[in-house]
Amino acid sequence: MTAPRTLYDKIWDDHVVHQAEDGTCLLYIDRHLVHEVTSPQAFEGLRMTGRKVRAPEKTIAVPDHNVPTTLDRAKGIENEESRIQVEALDKNARDFGVNYYPVSDIRQGIVHIVGPEQGWTLPGMTVVCGDSHTATHGAFGALAHGIGTSEVEHVLATQTLIQKKSKNMKVEITGSLRPGVTAKDITMAVIGETGTAGGTGYVIEYCGQAIRELSMEGRMTVCNMAIEGGARAGLIAPDEKTFAYCMGRPHAPKGAAWEAAVSYWKTLFTDEGAHFDKVVTLKGEDIAPLVTWGTSPEDVLPITATVPSPADFTGGKVEAVQRALDYMGLTPGQKLSDIAIDTVFIGSCTNGRIEDLRAAAEVVKGKKIKVKRAMVVPGSGLVRAQAEEEGLAKIFTDAGFEWRLAGCSMCLAMNPDQLAPGERCAATSNRNFEGRQGRGGRTHLVSPGMAAAAALTGHLTDVRDLMAETV
Amino acid sequence: MDKFTTLTGIAAPMPLVNIDTDMIIPKQFLKTIQRSGLGKNLFDEMRYTQDGAEIADFVLNQPSYRKAEIIVAGDNFGCGSSREHAPWALLDFGIRCVISTSFADIFFNNCFKNGILPIVMPQEVVDVLMEDARKGGNARVTVDLEAQTVTTSGGQSFGFEVDPFRKHCLMNGLDDIGLTLEKAAAIDSFEARAKVARPWA
Ligand code: SF4
Repeated sequence: MTAPRTLYDKIWDDHVVHQAEDGTCLLYIDRHLVHEVTSPQAFEGLRMTGRKVRAPEKTIAVPDHNVPTTLDRAKGIENEESRIQVEALDKNARDFGVNYYPVSDIRQGIVHIVGPEQGWTLPGMTVVCGDSHTATHGAFGALAHGIGTSEVEHVLATQTLIQKKSKNMKVEITGSLRPGVTAKDITMAVIGETGTAGGTGYVIEYCGQAIRELSMEGRMTVCNMAIEGGARAGLIAPDEKTFAYCMGRPHAPKGAAWEAAVSYWKTLFTDEGAHFDKVVTLKGEDIAPLVTWGTSPEDVLPITATVPSPADFTGGKVEAVQRALDYMGLTPGQKLSDIAIDTVFIGSCTNGRIEDLRAAAEVVKGKKIKVKRAMVVPGSGLVRAQAEEEGLAKIFTDAGFEWRLAGCSMCLAMNPDQLAPGERCAATSNRNFEGRQGRGGRTHLVSPGMAAAAALTGHLTDVRDLMAETV
Repeated sequence: MDKFTTLTGIAAPMPLVNIDTDMIIPKQFLKTIQRSGLGKNLFDEMRYTQDGAEIADFVLNQPSYRKAEIIVAGDNFGCGSSREHAPWALLDFGIRCVISTSFADIFFNNCFKNGILPIVMPQEVVDVLMEDARKGGNARVTVDLEAQTVTTSGGQSFGFEVDPFRKHCLMNGLDDIGLTLEKAAAIDSFEARAKVARPWA
């Protein structure tokens, strides 16, 4: 009998092409996702060395970071450098024959939303992309992580990656979440607990009742931010919900192949007694709606708390907290729910899926925004179409939200959607770094419901207060 | 990729923890389709004011550190995005080595692909190196990859760990892709096996 293995061990073992004596492995890659920002130099490298894409049928490209999300984007991209980058992807996708969803295609969207939506991402696969939030795909029980551009070139040329195995970490969320608490709060709570370097060197498997109770959308939100905790990847074992999500997707197997796939997928779980190098357990009931106050995703507190003081910390973090408070324009002791918000951004690969828009619309329904600017940027053209069909778009626009086309948008502000210096934003994205949403811009990370609540009141708000009103 | 064997140079102290890739190279500079030319925008928002003037306080703007080749940094250096533009910018500025208590995973990998040596040292050692770096332009730190040592300007030496395969590639300036393509037969047979075992993938 073989020793009990974790889910990560199993996927890893099934993808080792070659193992050197020192443990360095060549790992086979099943799906390679590509976007316009981290790929041009890689394709250029192939051209310079006369190499081809080894498996164009396993390579999927979509522009997302630079694309405008305004309704008139068919006119083209105004910023010259952005335009060149998107045109380079158009050309590279054509020249090398990879699967491609151009800006004009309704299926275009954020690469991590498009992959699962089109059935490219399936359980037990290895998935990489020149983008750290590739971790998202771990929600399917796929080993998925970000790589740099040199590695993008390596995967394009060889369909493999040189890797050393990470350690196993288990994050268990027991019990059920309370009303108003979401997948976003789970993932932020974990980072608050472990810190942004707590996962360094590990692949996390999220498990426990609260994780099982999440939809696939919620699981993607959780895994999306595994990287913010420093982990190489996040994983969730596939189950009936996973299979139901995958079934019938354009690139999912059909018929007998589907049956064969499901029976393999059912073997993808951590064996009883398998070893984890680190274990973190949180109680689902203890998690409150969270918000970040600083400039690192670990700077997270319940909405009912107050802004901390540098004196509450030790070591290098003291200086970092002082710097963060100066940057964020906050004073220790100030109530988080008193912080006034200028802009609300709902979208990104963390929270730009249909369920996120439903959760936000639920809060917004029949009310008006009090912030200067609020926007909803669906994660893909198909999410957008579905939200329109369900009447969500109308709820948002009636309330005063801008209803945009799909893309990364204000998550990283490479396109014109940016914060002005000092402007304060409640965002459903994943990074609150200095300048992330525009130079000098101030970001508070929250769940979609919390973002909607802030939009309605004009300040950070406990979404549970608004939910109580509607009951 | 340039080889890395030994390096004797000025080390710049950057004690801040969690220096992320957005700080190292903000997104507005990711629109390039080339690898070179990013050095002038390294740490852009910490280094320049909104209208492009240098911020005198920032370490790499200080006369003693303008030619720094090493950075001694606070914990969790390079966290955040996978952008290889971060090591490209460091390299273009002239940085060949970063020393910290820990690095974010993807950044750490990306360094090796670009001839930059990231060294993990325990807190006590980073503290000593940080102090040494504070001496400015008169102090020179020596990094010897072959011997796996870092030596302060005062002659104090510390050993460090490095993955043997990565060391080999770095010391010889080897291209990974070339090495992997030598294993093409193993990849072919893996694909043949996987086609049977997991035909849907
Ligand atoms: S939405 Fe944000 S985090 Fe996600 S891929 Fe785009 S830029 Fe990256």
